[in-house]
Amino acid sequence: MTRERRLSWINGLLLPFLNVLTAFIATAIVFVLIGVDPIKATKILIYGALGYDEGLGYTLYYATNFVFTGLAVAVAFHAGLFNIGGEGQAYVGGLGTALVALYLNPALSAWVVIPLAISGGLLFGALWAIIPAYLQAYRGSHIVITTIMFNFLASALMVYVLVNVLREVGEMSPESGDFIKASWLPFVHDVFASFGYKIAKSPLNLSILVALFFSGLVWFFLWHTRWGYAIRAVGKSNDAAIYGGINPKKIIVITMCISGALAGLVGINELMGVQHRLFLNFNFGYGFGGIAVALMGRNHPVGILIAAFLFGILYQGGAELDFELQNVSRDIVVVMQGLVILFCGGLEYLYRPILIRFLAPIEATE
Amino acid sequence: MSDIFLSTVLTLDASVRVCVPLIFASMAGLFAERSGVVDIGLEGKLLMSAFIAASAAVVFGSPWIGLLAGIFASSVLAMVHGFASITYKGNQIVSGVAINILAAGLTMILSLAWFKKAGITPTLKNDQRFLSIDFPGLELMDHIPILGVIYRELISGHNILVYLAFAIVPMVWWVVYRTRFGLRLRAVGENPKAVDTAGLSVESLRYKALLIGGILCGIGGVYLSTAYNAQFVKDMTAGSGFIALAALIFGKWHPYKVLAACFLFAFLDAISIRLQGIIIPGIGEIPVQLIEATPYILTIILLAGFIGKAVPPKASAQPYIKEL
Repeated sequence: MTRERRLSWINGLLLPFLNVLTAFIATAIVFVLIGVDPIKATKILIYGALGYDEGLGYTLYYATNFVFTGLAVAVAFHAGLFNIGGEGQAYVGGLGTALVALYLNPALSAWVVIPLAISGGLLFGALWAIIPAYLQAYRGSHIVITTIMFNFLASALMVYVLVNVLREVGEMSPESGDFIKASWLPFVHDVFASFGYKIAKSPLNLSILVALFFSGLVWFFLWHTRWGYAIRAVGKSNDAAIYGGINPKKIIVITMCISGALAGLVGINELMGVQHRLFLNFNFGYGFGGIAVALMGRNHPVGILIAAFLFGILYQGGAELDFELQNVSRDIVVVMQGLVILFCGGLEYLYRPILIRFLAPIEATE
Repeated sequence: MSDIFLSTVLTLDASVRVCVPLIFASMAGLFAERSGVVDIGLEGKLLMSAFIAASAAVVFGSPWIGLLAGIFASSVLAMVHGFASITYKGNQIVSGVAINILAAGLTMILSLAWFKKAGITPTLKNDQRFLSIDFPGLELMDHIPILGVIYRELISGHNILVYLAFAIVPMVWWVVYRTRFGLRLRAVGENPKAVDTAGLSVESLRYKALLIGGILCGIGGVYLSTAYNAQFVKDMTAGSGFIALAALIFGKWHPYKVLAACFLFAFLDAISIRLQGIIIPGIGEIPVQLIEATPYILTIILLAGFIGKAVPPKASAQPYIKEL
């Protein structure tokens, strides 16, 4: 093996694997601290998430959200931007979806309504990202700070809209009325039933196909189009990109719009797929979860699909733990998310010095 | 007239109370960012400290033990942040996000394990809390018309952490602008290479800054659960750490200006509760959400350079890598 290949193997696979492993070991320590047998907990978690078809349905349903927000964070990362605003973009994206799905003519065909409602989510998500992007590119304000602020603005806006505008007369809870039927994405169990297969009911719906479609699209876009090349060039070296005739300011705005649009798709799964109405905090936690997913998946769509599936397992398995064990709640997933972000992100170089020392004698013999 | 006066004083009084965690957290952020380490994790440190302080106070029966425990918890998180971003030169923002999420999860998990309820600690009795202190001469002052009310409501009747918060700002100013450590701190945030060339350790200075930040943030968290409230409740910081971050930017990393920003944001918070449902002639009802969102909007506008310009310390968010 040449040195280059060995290094790429270490950076691409071995280090991420060790980092994820460390995050899991740290979680096991948390389990021990609260008096739970980590092996028993893992068994319950895995059975709950994968052991029967209803559990698997839930797992894939949660994973769908993480694919969207993971892709959103990853696209921005490729341009060297840290989009912390996935939470807000997902929230406002849901508003875009809801506006289409609430007010379009109910007589229209689903083939018209569904693409329009999806576009509504994409558009509103992108719109919520465009101001921070513009401010970063043309006014020099840091995207991390502005996107954090925009998360809070999004939740203020959505409370206002739900309480004062979309809430139906006489309703107490801040939520919209039902979406028109044509906007409902079919449940996977219904689709299977129509072909004669019977599987257990779960919230899993056809958004998962949308998620797979966009994963492929992001892969194609980033590595096989001119814009994708420009985005990666800006991320690698701003100066080199300028020298190559790329306008980084324009690229920042484009990247953030794409990132926001992808985050805006969370509403497809949650609203069009499952709840069929707009309600408070439907996006809760998925935006931040996307950061963990992107870091774990090394910002590559394939990695993101795997990481999103893993987080789906954790979400669904966590719910099962909550149900089975008395002193664990599903918030253990939040702890794991934090640990994954810490060890795969903040401490991603933790093992590098050790590995380099370990490899030095091998290289010396070559 | 006296009604308006009294309600103004009471609103200011409420602002003072809301302001305290913002002051501690933003001063913590000031040390970190002045040393060149961005601290997104203020929120997580506040939350963790609030939870550990309330737990320790209820178990050991003393708010002072709660104070120490809260400071310790927050400092541990600060050191984790330092370990990732100083020693291992990781992404400081990612590390800060990790701390926020970790704190949100751990407080839920630990409260369930320790007190059998997720996201809540038992209510603290009075001797387990920091209670308000009445200043001497309240009756005497009551006879003086305007000053009496101000003295009774605004100046007297807060707990010790409130007074500490306001005392700490000039101390921070003194440390940052009048001590050798402060000079080095500012230098390391602007030009770490120069500090390194002068034979000082960039890493040790940044660790010290983060530790001070951890301690300050810890006190802010302790205030939330053992003084302002009488227990820990889920997500009780409710974005204070981020508002503090906004105040830090709005105050351009200068202690007194940051204090002013904290007070402004706290005042907006206090007034939003009072303005609920009040109709202003000619404008109509102001949505509460708009007032709540004002700190964020103001910070965005400031950051964009439309009203003045907020320029962060030059070396912030960049790990220092020594050339060999």
